[in-house]
Amino acid sequence: MSNAPDPLLQEIQGPSPRQMLKTRALGHKGLLFGMAVVGLLVLVAILAPVLAPHDPYAQSLMNRMVPPVFMGGTWEHPLGTDHLGRDYLSRLIYGARVSLLIGAVAALISGVIGTAMGVAAGYFGGKVDAVVTFLINVRLAMPVVLVALAVVAILGGSLTVVICVLGLLLWDRFAVVMRASTLQVSRRDYVAAAQVIGASTPRILLTEIMPNIFNNLIVVITLEMAHAILLEAALSFLGLGVQPPTPSWGLMVSEGKNMMLFEPWLVLIPGAVLFVLVLAINLMGDGLRDVTSPEGRS
Amino acid sequence: MLTFILKRLGLAVLVAITVSFISFSLLFLSGDPAAALAGETASGEDIEAIRRLYGFDRPMLVQYGEWLFSALRGDFGESYYFKLPVASLIADRLQVTMLLGLCGILFALLTAVPLGVAAAIRPNSIIDRLALFLSVAGQAMPSFWFGLILIVVLAIQLGWLPPSGASTWRHFVMPTIVLGYYAMPAIMRLTRAGMLDVLESDFIRTARAKGAGETRVLFKHALRNAIIPVVSLAAVQMGFMLGGSIVVESVFALHGAGFLAWESIARNDLPTVQALILVFSMFYIIFTFLADVLNAWLDPRMRSA
Repeated sequence: MSNAPDPLLQEIQGPSPRQMLKTRALGHKGLLFGMAVVGLLVLVAILAPVLAPHDPYAQSLMNRMVPPVFMGGTWEHPLGTDHLGRDYLSRLIYGARVSLLIGAVAALISGVIGTAMGVAAGYFGGKVDAVVTFLINVRLAMPVVLVALAVVAILGGSLTVVICVLGLLLWDRFAVVMRASTLQVSRRDYVAAAQVIGASTPRILLTEIMPNIFNNLIVVITLEMAHAILLEAALSFLGLGVQPPTPSWGLMVSEGKNMMLFEPWLVLIPGAVLFVLVLAINLMGDGLRDVTSPEGRS
Repeated sequence: MLTFILKRLGLAVLVAITVSFISFSLLFLSGDPAAALAGETASGEDIEAIRRLYGFDRPMLVQYGEWLFSALRGDFGESYYFKLPVASLIADRLQVTMLLGLCGILFALLTAVPLGVAAAIRPNSIIDRLALFLSVAGQAMPSFWFGLILIVVLAIQLGWLPPSGASTWRHFVMPTIVLGYYAMPAIMRLTRAGMLDVLESDFIRTARAKGAGETRVLFKHALRNAIIPVVSLAAVQMGFMLGGSIVVESVFALHGAGFLAWESIARNDLPTVQALILVFSMFYIIFTFLADVLNAWLDPRMRSA
């Protein structure tokens, strides 16, 4: 027997679900753009030591606020230098690490919490569902920025604290979406079949429920990652997030704010990069939802 | 209907109590609040004196009960920093925030609803694409950065508006735009989706078949039905916005409750922070309660939920 697929069989069966997903994904401009930009920025973050022309922490008080090359600066500092003479491009490149790290880890923590709660509520229903729904209500009633600022202020601003605070606060959407998806999936026949043949609850949750809500989980992870990145920037901008001299984009905007009158690029550049990253992650999330959800297949 | 309202009210009260407990326990997150209050140079005796003065030596639940009952009477204690009653401090500042929140939600509704309707009437037209672009951009826009750009362009370069402060209506224009734009994408998307849904329904076809004019069909029949979920979303967004005003108020130096929150957090003024978290949560709880009741009144199917 040859391994080559039988052309006749293939014609009868039509394209496999995987192939159809690939076709839909390749036809989705927003998804492709988002993935390209996010991929590029992840590469930049990983390769930061290679790509950055200077040490992002090295101050040079002789070279303060050199303008970027398109505003009359030199190629020595392509995007100029900040108020302490640190190379702006290098700080931006290392800032990608901070944003992506915070976004990814915070989304992971909140994803684990929210998924556990949502799946439990959707699968077991009854009292478990009532408790989880109540907790979601409580969480939504708490003003995120305010609580995050207060906790960071009390515990002290550091990368770890910011990541943990955001991770512990942003699980609400995971819980809501995973609860709804689990409710939908657990009514299917194959779940009933698994229950009838005596499969254990953990087994049903892991092998019947989880694979079928995985697509929705990926979408929420992407969108919450964008949310966490924006919140970190806002916290750092308000001075109660990542602390100097760590290169965080929100912090860079905040540091440039005082010189905004004369050097607006100090504010424009880091904010624009932040905007592009969040935009790309959101487009990726929206695109993933479009290509994976059945109602989006038109 | 009454059963629904009572059940929903019970839930709101339970949520409020839980939130109050969480915001109260923030005080104990730092370990020893007395030591934090006394500062790093304080001696052991000073810390002990402060502990007794503020009653930190009693069990936490007793302190919580006392705090909650005073809070219910409108007494949130005295601010460590401003040395004023927290309640009057917040009441003073809340007007600015409420005004800003109201302007923001009006701005969001006045831009999002017409845009969403126009987009739904002609899907894939230029207006639809513009609406999509504005909503995608709005969801990715860091509001502090957007505010700073507006200051640079509208206040500094063009000189049309004052960059910061809160004395005239002109001071509220840019904060309103920033805060309103934050709420706009969700409202726009919901309006568009709702209109698309309704426009395909049978009663719209019937209305058209009866010979009703297009304007009448769109606004009298379609929009009235599509707007119902938008109203409750707007209420929820309003709750979020009051909490989110902290960033906008600090960018534009508007001395509202959000700015007060930032000041008191930066100065470790915990009674004020606790009270503000509770007040902002209460607004959210009240708004969502009203939205749910409104929804149930408009749509009887919601009452069973």
